[in-house]
Amino acid sequence: MRKVLSATCLGAMAAFAVGGAYANEDLIKMSQNPKDWVQPAGDYANTRYSKLNQITAANVGKLQVAWTFSTGVLRGHEGGPLIIGNIMYVHTPFPNKVYALDLSQENKIVWKYEPKQDPNVIPVMCCDTVNRGVAYGDGKIFLHQADTTLVALDAKTGQVVWSTKNGDPGKGATGTSAPLVVKDKVLIGISGGEFGVQCHVTAYDLKSGKQVWRAFSEGPDDQILFDPEKTTEHGKPVGKDSSVKTWQGDQWKIGGGCTWGWMSYDPSLNLVYYGSGNPSTWNPKQRPGDNKWSMTVFARNPDDGKAKWVYQMTPHDEWDYDGVNEMILSDQQVNGQERKLLTHFDRNGLAYTMDRATGELLVAEKYDPKVNWTTGVDMNKSSPTYGRPKVVDQYSTEKGGEDKNTKGICPAALGTKDEQPAAYSPDTQLFYVPTNHVCMDYEPFKVSYTAGQPYVGATLSMYPPQGESHMGNFIAWDGKTGKIVWSNKEQFSVWSGALATAGGVVFYGTLEGYLKAVDAKTGKELYKFKTPSGIIGNVTTYEQGGRQYVAVLSGVGGWAGIGLAAGLTDPTAGLGAVGGYAALSNYTALGGTLTVFALPQ
Amino acid sequence: MRKIWLIAATVMFVAPGTTAFAADDATAVKSEDGKYYDKDGNPTYKVGADGTVDWYTYSGYRRYHSECHVCHGPDGMGSTYAPALQDSLKTMNYGDFVGVVASGRKNGNSVMPALGDNPNVACYMDDLYVYLRARAHDAVGRVRPAKKEDKPDAYTETEKSCMGGK
Repeated sequence: MRKVLSATCLGAMAAFAVGGAYANEDLIKMSQNPKDWVQPAGDYANTRYSKLNQITAANVGKLQVAWTFSTGVLRGHEGGPLIIGNIMYVHTPFPNKVYALDLSQENKIVWKYEPKQDPNVIPVMCCDTVNRGVAYGDGKIFLHQADTTLVALDAKTGQVVWSTKNGDPGKGATGTSAPLVVKDKVLIGISGGEFGVQCHVTAYDLKSGKQVWRAFSEGPDDQILFDPEKTTEHGKPVGKDSSVKTWQGDQWKIGGGCTWGWMSYDPSLNLVYYGSGNPSTWNPKQRPGDNKWSMTVFARNPDDGKAKWVYQMTPHDEWDYDGVNEMILSDQQVNGQERKLLTHFDRNGLAYTMDRATGELLVAEKYDPKVNWTTGVDMNKSSPTYGRPKVVDQYSTEKGGEDKNTKGICPAALGTKDEQPAAYSPDTQLFYVPTNHVCMDYEPFKVSYTAGQPYVGATLSMYPPQGESHMGNFIAWDGKTGKIVWSNKEQFSVWSGALATAGGVVFYGTLEGYLKAVDAKTGKELYKFKTPSGIIGNVTTYEQGGRQYVAVLSGVGGWAGIGLAAGLTDPTAGLGAVGGYAALSNYTALGGTLTVFALPQ
Repeated sequence: MRKIWLIAATVMFVAPGTTAFAADDATAVKSEDGKYYDKDGNPTYKVGADGTVDWYTYSGYRRYHSECHVCHGPDGMGSTYAPALQDSLKTMNYGDFVGVVASGRKNGNSVMPALGDNPNVACYMDDLYVYLRARAHDAVGRVRPAKKEDKPDAYTETEKSCMGGK
């Protein structure tokens, strides 16, 4: 029996080792097989949707734990495993181990990779030593280590095929995000917005690891790979020096705009999509101007990196509302017309629906009614401020100025949503969004830049909205109209990536450690199980031996963990909201575990 | 934790002479331009009856939560990477504190970076010490102090020259 199984296993390996001209042709084919989960978000469109339907709204209540696996690492476990044939690839936070488990042989460890990294990188990671996972392509597993080493591992053996350095941790650049394999390249962003890094997305050759192109978020046109005549915002060319003229002096060289979120890709339009993060520093007074292209949605050609269109959501950020959250690609009808859409739930509390071919803005609405820093986006196409958010003076930390504590801003810097990815179900045409329901006080002050040292320049306090006790919601969102369809309260921020399935069930994790299953149509809770630690990982599903499994990494930490683990408290805010102030540490403790669920046999 | 420490302090008080763990006397005995000093001339905090904190404590709170809290936890409460400074400062003196912050130290995977060249830390060394000393003595609680003394003029001058006019 075992022999037969290992032969099958090898067969599967061989099948994916020989590819077409481009790795992504394989990936597209492979991602259409719902038994596997070959990309961090399941597919290029970042839908986190699976066609598997063995687990349904009717039977999910009977779900049981099938098996578990300890990663042997503490701290925040973001992201989730990949499943390719019989092999599951599990990653961890620093020291960034990768395990290959054979699902057909009682999940035994086939190989393990553990890099040696200088621990000096730990203090330059802003928000815990997280890693959001690996990518697969061309028979290799790609990992972006904390020290910015991008390494290609042989998927069969775990041997290093090539490795390259994507940044300088000595200057505060670190690796946290998952790579994206497109055609014959692997694309990767970089972290370091709290260290004044001039951030970028870089494409490396799949076979050799040689750098092909690098596109900075801010800088001269040749560094940001813009064509002043052809790169557009709102359908108009951006013109020459569109970035540097929105910064004072050389501030753009330490301007942040980091690229640590998820990337998506549309093969038919041949465009990759991602967002850039906060401009550095957090003190807006120190960087007059719009600070382009921080806080921006980018659509780039993966062959040469050239930007087709851009949209800056939060010009001149005053709240740390990074624009890095995932871009989810869907095809839906808007006003009776079939459109190729891009939907993005931004940290700033607005959900944007755009035409992903042209960058036309279709919908921009608050996805938490408590969002108060803006009254909304100017949707008048003939207005000079078209596409810009209207800022409310009371919540402007720029207006408040240095050494002034601006109070009651919603959302908090964590955003209405952070990196935790939403899911989209083509069955319901709804987005399932894990959200934060947190407000803040924000006090900017003067800071000076030293390479490799924190460059923050503000102090924050975070707490639930006035008069409320819960700090998270899990919502269903209609991206065509910009409306919440249903909303479930959660005591803490929902910092776990959602999974939508053809079984009509949506899954997500909570910071206390529950894996929850809810009805995709109504949001009704159908199942919950408390895993060993708080969940900031993303839920995944796969099929093995005819059974559908649901898997999630638990292991509390991340930014949510730093703030919440010790209790987010401001005793003067939200009077009477006792529950909300309870520390997360009363509910869960550190430790990385993969928990895998299935229906009883 | 706090309870345990208070008990320890009480014991110390009853049995003076156990010099190895002598309780740190952080009482402010003099002030100069809004900065307070203990009997040994080390910087210390001053909290008024209505909860008003001195400028240094407040400034230390801000700088701590900009530069230190990612590793050392909110409000000096520690994390799995780095010790809770609200406890460390119960035994660590001013000189040692400044030395470790400026030069760093390393113990296996646990790394304290050298911050002496970082003006955001170096120019605020006393502010950080005073804030954390206040936390260690439970003189200020968690979260942002609600009331503070004004920024002293002399402080503004020193800050400006230390930060290089940036």
